[in-house]
Amino acid sequence: MHRLLEILEHEGPVPAEDLATRLGCSVEAVEASLQQAREQGLLLRYSALISWDKADKPHVFAFIEVEATPEHGTGFDHVADYIGRFDEVHSVYLMSGRADLTVVVQGEDFREIARFVAEKLAPAPGVKATATSFVLKTYKMEGELLTEEPGNKRLAVSP
Amino acid sequence: MPPSGIREFFDLVQEMDDVISLGVGEPDFPTPWKICDAAIQGLRHGITSYTSNAGLLELREAIAEDLYARYGVEYDPANEIVITAGVSEGMDVAMRAVLNTGDEVVVPQPCYVSYVPCVELAGGRAIALETREDDAFRLQPAALDEVITDRTRALLMGYPNNPTGAVMSRDDLLPIAEVADRHDLLVISDEIYAHLTYDGSHTCFASLPGMKARTLLLNGFSKAYAMTGWRLGYACGPPELIEGLVRVHGYTALCGSVIAQLGALEALRSCEPEMRQMVQQYDERRRVFVKGLNDIGLRCFEPKGAFYAFPSVQETGLTSREFSRRLLFEEKVAVVPGPAFGPCGEGFVRCTYATAMDQLQEALARLSNFVQRLGT
Repeated sequence: MHRLLEILEHEGPVPAEDLATRLGCSVEAVEASLQQAREQGLLLRYSALISWDKADKPHVFAFIEVEATPEHGTGFDHVADYIGRFDEVHSVYLMSGRADLTVVVQGEDFREIARFVAEKLAPAPGVKATATSFVLKTYKMEGELLTEEPGNKRLAVSP
Repeated sequence: MPPSGIREFFDLVQEMDDVISLGVGEPDFPTPWKICDAAIQGLRHGITSYTSNAGLLELREAIAEDLYARYGVEYDPANEIVITAGVSEGMDVAMRAVLNTGDEVVVPQPCYVSYVPCVELAGGRAIALETREDDAFRLQPAALDEVITDRTRALLMGYPNNPTGAVMSRDDLLPIAEVADRHDLLVISDEIYAHLTYDGSHTCFASLPGMKARTLLLNGFSKAYAMTGWRLGYACGPPELIEGLVRVHGYTALCGSVIAQLGALEALRSCEPEMRQMVQQYDERRRVFVKGLNDIGLRCFEPKGAFYAFPSVQETGLTSREFSRRLLFEEKVAVVPGPAFGPCGEGFVRCTYATAMDQLQEALARLSNFVQRLGT
């Protein structure tokens, strides 16, 4: 199951027949695993990995450290859920260390993110303080190194 | 001495664009960065001198530990291991240290391109011994027994095999050991693809009862750790044999590259997960590619090791060379004609599946076109 999920994570949707051949098991077993993964919420969706730096479309990411007020019984769950509902928010993590949450926000430009932080995030219930760091350049994301020149470095024929 | 059949094909491919090459004999992964980092740190700290002829003791110790952990074979790092510039140099040095002029070496074929030339360069006579697809390209003890003469000094074999992908299990090797023992042969066992064994585990020839004393084990880092260009391998054997190898190696290569030795040390210390990850991917590609070949109608016996498939092209009515040339010119897929690995490779071609999955699938589609066109 873990290898199956790894393949999907790296390659996106792969026909069950191909997965069965690669993993040396039956198509039925692959389909059962896929269904189980969806039902248990392990497999959320398929998506592509885009290097927005290279696209013409303006795109900015910011990592925002958030200090928040925990609640009895549920800790930071409610405030994290509240923040996560904004479309601008890419991801939300509970952190060890100084800040309580790290919120990744995406927008078209710096001003859009600044406005979001000032008008939506900072005033959100439970949020005490924020510290915003903008991403200037992406070198590696989701395991993909973006600094590498594509191309084959091997000889075409070798012993 | 003729040029390697691989080299000849290389010149053709070089002149063409958009070729999907299944003709390579090396991983498509880059060397794990931890290994590169260790080498870079070595350079930064000024570790740039000669090492002892046998290689860094630390590396020999790590190799001994690795072999013991994997196969239960004990080698003394002090005098039973020598670090070489890949298995290629280990092979050459071994032949020169071991053979007297006219000594015979049995070489099961198809086999790696350098086996026969290495024997001949050292003044020996290579006795080719054909293995057959019907035997899953495994060496047969009776056939070995038959070609042995008074002049036979050694058996030189490589399993998992390049180019067939054949493996020899412990049960397959035991009767070979018996023949070697009866005729007092040295067994030179090239196990460079040992880690790339699928469906079961690799048996090290030296781990068979009584065999350590008559085995020269050759191995290296090129295939398992994606380090082909680093040129680093090693030879292990009884002290008197290794002493001979170290002497020849000392006069010719002096020592293995110290930078590569640092990289190899890091490979053994920390890159087991990276290596396993690569092996897992080869295994998946192997299943897809071999099934694809058989579906197309290119009969392919199931390779259980290395990263090669060795399909038969006999049904197409073409020779290996014609098949390979036409496939290259008409569909831009490069494979290596079987006879590059010995005359009995006629009727087969070698395809490397150490190639990205999408490229493999595209290659299968082109192969399918080609074979269909031949059939009509």
